[in-house]
Amino acid sequence: MIDATGRPQSVLVLGGGSELARAIVGRLVPGRCRTVILAGRPSERLDAAADEARAAGAEVVETVAFDTTDLAGGPTAVEEVFARHGDVDVVLAAAGALGDQARLESDPSAAADLITTNFTGLAAALLAAARCMRAQGHGRIVVISSVAGDRPRKANFIYGSTKSGLDAFARGLGDSLVGSGVGVTVVRPGFVVGRMTEGMDPAPFPTTPQAVAEAVVRGISSGAEVVYVPPVLRWVFAVLKLLPRAVWRRMPG
Amino acid sequence: MTAPRTRRKVLTGWGRTAPSAADVLHAVHPSLVDEAVSAADAAAGAHRGRGLIARGMGRSYGDAAQNAGGTVVDATWLDAVHAVDLAAGRITVGAGVSLQTLMERFVPLGWFVPVTPGTRLVSVGGAVAADIHGKNHHVDGSFCSHVVSMTLVTPTGTFTVSPTADPDLFWATAGGMGLTGVVTEVTLQMIPVETSYLLVDTERATDLDDVMGRMLSGDDAYRYSVAWIDCQSTGRRLGRSVLTRGDHARLAELPRRLASDPDRARAFVPRQLARVPVTPPSGLLNPMTVGAFNEFWFRKAPRRQLGRPHHMTGFFHPLDGVGGWNRLYGGRGFLQYQFVVPDEAGDTVRRVLERLTAVRLASFLAVLKRFGPGDPGPLSFPMPGWTLALDLPVGHDALDRLLDDLDEQVLAAGGRVYLAKDSRLSPGTFRSMYPSLDRFVEVRARVDPHGMLRSDLGRRLGLCSDAAPLPQPTTRKGRKNP
Repeated sequence: MIDATGRPQSVLVLGGGSELARAIVGRLVPGRCRTVILAGRPSERLDAAADEARAAGAEVVETVAFDTTDLAGGPTAVEEVFARHGDVDVVLAAAGALGDQARLESDPSAAADLITTNFTGLAAALLAAARCMRAQGHGRIVVISSVAGDRPRKANFIYGSTKSGLDAFARGLGDSLVGSGVGVTVVRPGFVVGRMTEGMDPAPFPTTPQAVAEAVVRGISSGAEVVYVPPVLRWVFAVLKLLPRAVWRRMPG
Repeated sequence: MTAPRTRRKVLTGWGRTAPSAADVLHAVHPSLVDEAVSAADAAAGAHRGRGLIARGMGRSYGDAAQNAGGTVVDATWLDAVHAVDLAAGRITVGAGVSLQTLMERFVPLGWFVPVTPGTRLVSVGGAVAADIHGKNHHVDGSFCSHVVSMTLVTPTGTFTVSPTADPDLFWATAGGMGLTGVVTEVTLQMIPVETSYLLVDTERATDLDDVMGRMLSGDDAYRYSVAWIDCQSTGRRLGRSVLTRGDHARLAELPRRLASDPDRARAFVPRQLARVPVTPPSGLLNPMTVGAFNEFWFRKAPRRQLGRPHHMTGFFHPLDGVGGWNRLYGGRGFLQYQFVVPDEAGDTVRRVLERLTAVRLASFLAVLKRFGPGDPGPLSFPMPGWTLALDLPVGHDALDRLLDDLDEQVLAAGGRVYLAKDSRLSPGTFRSMYPSLDRFVEVRARVDPHGMLRSDLGRRLGLCSDAAPLPQPTTRKGRKNP
């Protein structure tokens, strides 16, 4: 159960090996979170994330093979987690890839894979999670979106559009869950300095996995619907969205 | 048997935190409780469903009367008065009858409830489930000490239990937060009163030592005693308070205008003076506004005033005059932290106040009182010593860790936290605070072998679990098993 101060006791992470996921779990476990289920492609990173959760004090830690591009198996894997563990207080959707825009533009099937990874597969898994959570009558779904989805740019519109889609999906899902005891929090980080963006020039107002993790924990406890990291990006993008397209498409990077 | 008709509803406790959705059943007759318990037990036996819990007037601050995804029996419909013995002051009522109703009906007839908390808007069933206490605990003990017998619907049958008939089940139900069954009927021993007034002595105490000293030396002379503490004052004035103590007034002790009109002197007509119409933004109750209120409240109290008549409503339930006052804390809600520590650990009270004032956490309501001996209920809260209750707004970043620290201090002092107020205790701390828990678990396993009595509080504290949740994995073609 999520307690009155907003601390969950269990979490299921989709994309459990990701840097953001590890930072978030690292913040949740010292609170009340004793059950951590990390779903992702079997890898050393996923195992390392599980070890970290154990070291932080989680009592039940499990890794689950989960691939967002497996459109049938993904939702099933989610349902099996609920069937095995009973209640899950928080489902965190942190799976996703950035991709190389130039390569994706010349390789449509790779682009389709990215769209499946970031949007289609994740949306299917989240629908399964929402169904289980509606039945259990409580919980929170946290979806890691991106400011790139607020207004996709020429330079990374494929990634941006997946986040746009996921973001819209998550908000709609949140509305559909009103009255079910389940809430949805959409997190929109800016440029996160880390493994995913290694070698890239940071965009203005860059942030870190730790700052995103902190914002996620606060979002869970406050039940916020949309969280920007850093918060100033809410206002920055409120303005950027109003720019004429002729100006917007000249944005650098 | 078909499951009775229910409605899905999002519920919270009085603190308006941690909402969850449940199928609410209006228990308009005890037979509906029987049916619902049977249905939920059959489901639990087949590893389906999410159990059942009773709910009274929703005055528990946390998640005690919620059952996410399961059934919540709205017991306020069990509101019949079954039997009355006015000579002995013994009444048998449905568990959904409120203490307010009991007061309205029986105070004019010369009988008062044996125990009342700071609100009269609680049900008799809820009073049993929380084994509530009042300002008279040091003299009269808690609510269940005055329960003659009660009817309890459990999955293994409907039992009438009392301190002599199945005392284990009776006392496990006292403070058992509804996890031993649904209380449908209670026989209660009332206390005789001549009037609806109390003669009250009010004193201001300059600091914590002062108020604790006065309570230690003087409380025994009063039936009711409570200290309101100004949580904003620090340093030398830490714990400055207003101490109010009194006893029921006899007719002859009242001023002539009342004494000459016995009907008026016994009248009990509660009025709601105001209502909080909307939920204001969180932060309305902040250190500044609360500080101003506390200053006003302290100065409003007379330095020393003896034997002044107060009506029961104002003395016992000042906040009931404002409907929906819990909304004042804004959308994020609030919680109450109430703990008890033994007499010799009175210093813990000081340390808790110091910690709270240090982070400028605005406690609008801080109440200190002394407990007498507890009763045999393994989950019953009271034990001899000091109890402090603090209302705290949710939203302060450090609140969760701060309260965890306070838990440790309370535990180290041999004390515990009150489950009816709790909304954030950890399973481990809870176990350590209630050393007789095993006895409770044993009784529960006897009457509820499938563990179908479940609440969000029970889940959070590790008392209840949902073995297999509802949705069956959907079967699909081409399913890849990872």
